[in-house]
Amino acid sequence: MQVPAGDGVVISIRDLVTRFGSREILKDINLDIRYGETFVILGGSGSGKSTLLRNIVGLEPPARGQIWIQGRDITRMTEDEFDELRKKIGMAFQSSALFNSMTIGDNVALPLREHTDLEDSTIQIMTRIKLEQVGLSGFESFMPSQLSGGMRKRAGIARALAMDPEILIFDEPSAGLDPIVAAGIDSLILKLKQAFHMTIVLVTHELTSAFLLADRMAMLDRGRILFVGTPGEMRGSAIPRVRQFLDRQADREHVDVEQYLKILTRESG
Amino acid sequence: MGSFFALIGSRAIHLAGFLGGISKLLYRSTYWMVIGPLRGKGLRWRASMRQMVVVGFNAIPIVTLISVFIGVIIALQGAYTLRRFEALNYVVDMVAVTVTRELGPLLTAIIVIGRSGSAFAAEIGTMKVGEEVDALQTMGLNPVRFLVVPRYLAMLIMLPCLTTVADTAGVLGGALFAILNMGWSLQNYLLRTIDALVMRDVVSGLIKSMVFAVIITKIGCYEGFTVRGGAEGVGRSTTASVVKSIFSVIAADMIFTAIFYYGSES
Repeated sequence: MQVPAGDGVVISIRDLVTRFGSREILKDINLDIRYGETFVILGGSGSGKSTLLRNIVGLEPPARGQIWIQGRDITRMTEDEFDELRKKIGMAFQSSALFNSMTIGDNVALPLREHTDLEDSTIQIMTRIKLEQVGLSGFESFMPSQLSGGMRKRAGIARALAMDPEILIFDEPSAGLDPIVAAGIDSLILKLKQAFHMTIVLVTHELTSAFLLADRMAMLDRGRILFVGTPGEMRGSAIPRVRQFLDRQADREHVDVEQYLKILTRESG
Repeated sequence: MGSFFALIGSRAIHLAGFLGGISKLLYRSTYWMVIGPLRGKGLRWRASMRQMVVVGFNAIPIVTLISVFIGVIIALQGAYTLRRFEALNYVVDMVAVTVTRELGPLLTAIIVIGRSGSAFAAEIGTMKVGEEVDALQTMGLNPVRFLVVPRYLAMLIMLPCLTTVADTAGVLGGALFAILNMGWSLQNYLLRTIDALVMRDVVSGLIKSMVFAVIITKIGCYEGFTVRGGAEGVGRSTTASVVKSIFSVIAADMIFTAIFYYGSES
């Protein structure tokens, strides 16, 4: 099998199909994410964007197709090999997914404690540095339940950064946050992007965040990729679904009166 | 009629899925407990110790108390029958054998299902709902190694220990009856108990308790990992873990009791 590495491609997705039962969530996805870029996957609810992310980090195996990360196909890796690769990938979850039984400091320190042989004093310093980077210095000994939603998101990002990942993945970073806090998270991601030259993959439905952060973006709709390109190209796109998404227009509802009555009276055919 | 077979069919598929899942979990957790450390992936001793305290040490008072009661109950029930045959002395033998072979391991297991099996399902289920299990996975930390192995190890070590406590407490419960009602001394009672028991009685009880430990851990953890749909799902899985564990423990108990019975005949 040809390795679709090319010039500086970090993540390469080929002919990906994912099903839940008999329902196809993702249909024939092909995507290349380049080294060092911030790639935003934009899509509405139910477009399959979170599933795509779960495929990339190996939480959900695809039904068909390949996912190449740094030149290796993760769908054909053993669990041990994948775990090795995962040390280079940091993931910030939508719900932040902090371990509720541990302090914020222990949450961030966990990957370091498990994957490295560093002294505990070193780990503590590194933990403080990571928390400082996300603007949470001094919160090491707090429990996740004592923090606000935005702070938990930041702590989740600090944990994703713990192993100095080469690829950083965000699932809906601003979901469920008020506009001010969400803007804070966006500027944090922007800061990280400028400070470390990581490859960032970000899934969102927020147009403002997407256009602020993206070097390139893809639009996912009903399991298919409609568009891939720069934010400028996206703005100029004439594809109807893309325009509809950018202009925030609701789906036109088709109401067939006869059909509707039949549904109401449960009359078939 | 068709729907009747469809129901049986869907139940059978469900059961097959459950048994498959349990076997896979059993294989993987045993792998991470036995083979993993040999390959340089250490056991999580600190987490295991914490689980041992929760599963074992903290359960000592309730296990002791219930076992004393059970000892008294068996003595009373035994005396009711044996008295008619003028064989009241055999109450001691009856308590000793029933407690060590049967009720010590079984009641301990049922108490532990209620205290810890359900907690495993609820803890892991909550972590699953909060994406914490996914987070472990994306960090390259195997959830089975991280969450199941410490609980498995704690259960395998602590359930036989608790069973020993229950055996002792049950025998002392019987002694209570003998001292108050039959005028025996504690020393005589204990000597007679030692005479009545053979090593096999105690050992067969402890073997049972280790089998129960495997069952309780696997069902509790599996129900946790398979939680679907928020807090309500956690509640459902917790209940399911208790019901399935009690059923499986009693079924396994029957099988092992039969094996020990027919095994000792030959």
